[in-house]
Amino acid sequence: MSRPKPPLPYNMREVLQPGDAACPGCPIPMAWKVLSAVFGEKMILVIPACCSSVVVGPYPGNALKASIIHVAFASAAAVASGVAEALKRRGINDVQVIAWAGDGGTADIGMASLSGAAERNHDFIYIMYDNEAYMNTGIQRSGATPYGAWTTTTPIIGKTEHKKDVARIMIAHNVPYVATASVGYPHDLYAKLQRAKKIRGFKFIHLHAPCPVGWRFDPRYTVRIAKLAVETGLWILYEYYDGKIHLSGASRPYIDPARRKPIEEYLKYQGRFRNITPEKIEEIKRYVEMNWNWIKKHM
Amino acid sequence: MGKDKLVIEKPLYDRLPIAKPMVGVAGKTGLWRVEKPVVNNSKCTRCFLCEIYCPVNVIRVEPETGVEIDYDYCKGCGICADVCPVNAIEMKPE
Ligand SMILES: Cc1ncc(C[n+]2csc(CCOP(=O)(O)OP(=O)(O)O)c2C)c(N)n1
Ligand code: SF4
Ligand code: SF4
Ligand code: SF4
Ligand SMILES: [Mg+2]
Repeated sequence: MSRPKPPLPYNMREVLQPGDAACPGCPIPMAWKVLSAVFGEKMILVIPACCSSVVVGPYPGNALKASIIHVAFASAAAVASGVAEALKRRGINDVQVIAWAGDGGTADIGMASLSGAAERNHDFIYIMYDNEAYMNTGIQRSGATPYGAWTTTTPIIGKTEHKKDVARIMIAHNVPYVATASVGYPHDLYAKLQRAKKIRGFKFIHLHAPCPVGWRFDPRYTVRIAKLAVETGLWILYEYYDGKIHLSGASRPYIDPARRKPIEEYLKYQGRFRNITPEKIEEIKRYVEMNWNWIKKHM
Repeated sequence: MGKDKLVIEKPLYDRLPIAKPMVGVAGKTGLWRVEKPVVNNSKCTRCFLCEIYCPVNVIRVEPETGVEIDYDYCKGCGICADVCPVNAIEMKPE
């Protein structure tokens, strides 16, 4: 007797069509393959202006065998709310509505509509894919750009403020489900989407997505860098439900600072941190420790 | 509008710009490649990692025959070579 086939990679084969318009090594279609493993063609992506609008390709083609609605920058969560309610009215309950927006479209310009949708607890999944800058318009700083990173609008000394923690903002909205994820951990993302699929109400996933173009690294290292972010403790994978933080398996070892790789390992691959000073690295370490303390307090 | 009803000959969605799924929406993306992934199938352990991570969805790992890559669309990013735990994939200049 043959064993059942694992969902990854078998379920991720059909939906993403080869030949999309993403740069080589782009994290976006990598994550779409995981979405497709969970929902197949039965998903409606609501995409505001961002790299993803380009990645799906120009009219009359579309790289995904799924429905996509392109919407104005600030409105992803508002449109997704409407689509989710419309499906509910029509009794369609096997199609997943997903707002798929960048960090600029979420942490900055889409924040008001996101907050509104979360407060009204509409039944859809909001995924913020976080490439830590406005990539589509040429690498401008966003609220989610990390401390010390070069962008075209922080050109000399890098960003002087820390990253906005959107997942924590969403937890403060008391929604049923919030999670962090990373394109480096597709099985973890798969499990989180499966859980989110079963929960009614508003779900938020903050997806770390290293971008070779904007972060200035060789496209072959997208996965390596995504993993290093977790292994250095900089990016913490967790889920929030039932009023508690549940640390994900991949991040569990790094609760112990001694087991984390040095932050420098992560920074050294990325041209955007080329001019970072030792004092700034110390500041990043302090920030990482602060984040872990918050996690431990809410576990 | 009075008694005259508005007559719509085609359904509304036929007159909206709706894109359809297609392979190669950005053309033959294999032309972008400067380095080509070359697989040594005798080294390959069929772990599937390259297929899971390939952003262009052009790798198929077949348990019997090994790794197949669709070079018409492979963009040559090198991720498959980087994630392979046994270095069965090598990037070679085009
Ligand atoms: C209201 C409005 N302001 C500005 C723009 C221009 N614009 C298009 S995409 C983009 C950047 C989006 O950044 P992000 O949401 O982080 O997604 P990314 O491109 O990084 O994937 C900007 C500023 C726009 N389309 N609409
Ligand atoms: S700029 Fe970055 S996120 Fe945007 S398409 Fe290119 S690789 Fe992907
Ligand atoms: S080089 Fe990149 S696009 Fe080509 S097969 Fe490998 S992972 Fe896929
Ligand atoms: S990652 Fe390497 S060992 Fe695993 S299936 Fe691909 S080529 Fe084979
Ligand atoms: Mg961005």
